[in-house]
Amino acid sequence: MRAEDFSERQLELEGWPVNVSSWRLGETWHAKADNVSPGAALARITAASKEEAEANAIARAKELLGRTRRHVV
Amino acid sequence: MYNVVMADYAHPETLVTTQWVADHAADPNVRVVEVDVDTKAYDEGHVPGAIAWAWTTQLSDTLTRDILSKEQFEKLANEAGLSNASTLVLYGDNNNWFAAWAFWQAKIYGHKNVRLMNGGRKKWLAEGREISTEKPAIKTGTGYRATAPDLSLRAFLPQVQEAQRNHAAALVDVRSPQEFSGEILAPPGLPETCQRGGHIPGARSIPWGKAANDDGTFKSLDELRQLYGGEGVDGSKPVIAYCRIGERSSHTWFVLKYLLGYDNVRNYDGSWTEWGNLVGAPVERGAAKAAGQ
Repeated sequence: MRAEDFSERQLELEGWPVNVSSWRLGETWHAKADNVSPGAALARITAASKEEAEANAIARAKELLGRTRRHVV
Repeated sequence: MYNVVMADYAHPETLVTTQWVADHAADPNVRVVEVDVDTKAYDEGHVPGAIAWAWTTQLSDTLTRDILSKEQFEKLANEAGLSNASTLVLYGDNNNWFAAWAFWQAKIYGHKNVRLMNGGRKKWLAEGREISTEKPAIKTGTGYRATAPDLSLRAFLPQVQEAQRNHAAALVDVRSPQEFSGEILAPPGLPETCQRGGHIPGARSIPWGKAANDDGTFKSLDELRQLYGGEGVDGSKPVIAYCRIGERSSHTWFVLKYLLGYDNVRNYDGSWTEWGNLVGAPVERGAAKAAGQ
């Protein structure tokens, strides 16, 4: 099997840039969200559709990013 | 598509393309390993024939905070079916950070033929290459023997303290600008793992990602020279790279040592989770100064 329909886009969640990538392996869609800087994976989700996988990855990333405290420098 | 000529790098033999891996993954003399924090991504699908190494449990001592001992590395290699003559090809998610960490340890323990797959897992997926969910059968017990650790590749706290005091080495902070300034104490979305934010006084801020193209491959030799040279990191004196836990700085360590060919480069794996929790250690806060300042 091959990864198909790979795509990547960037959006902002909770004030942070986030990369959302998705691809299909057979009948299963995979989505991953990472914080752009530095690029660490925040969520990996599998679902039956691209929309569902991405939405769940975004929701999980938003939850984690919402906990990030900004300190006054 | 980026117009990068891998042969230009100081040690082009340490990189392979995704196509090279596709052509050689079944070669019995080649062992391909996907490396990440855990094996979740591997379990979803990986390069056919690849095995998995988990950073958390297999590439760090799980009791003490340390890299593997010589005996632990030998055990890992034997269980991976890796012989001393094998070509070890490493790749991973998270932009090859943890693959670079494994590369660093393999070099510490003297494995001669180690290579990173340029672009890592992301590029493999994006190219629509073959993916497997099967774990390959491995012939273990190769009698692997590691060398004594080459600690010239690793920086310990006293060496970093000395470098900070007397500027004997260039300190390169590869974290994000917000981590460098002290605005955040860990990458966005990850747990805070230090008491204080900021950076080691005198360190230059050169985030790891500046060395990579959008597709995860490394930038060209000229671009890398400009990037690091522009910050005064030109190989004329020793370099110590650090981040939060030492994995992003493994990526930069690889770039400096094998792509640019600097002789004396160390990875400070204690990184900010050590320095940022030390009693009495000096810390600077604020954005990076312009080059030359």
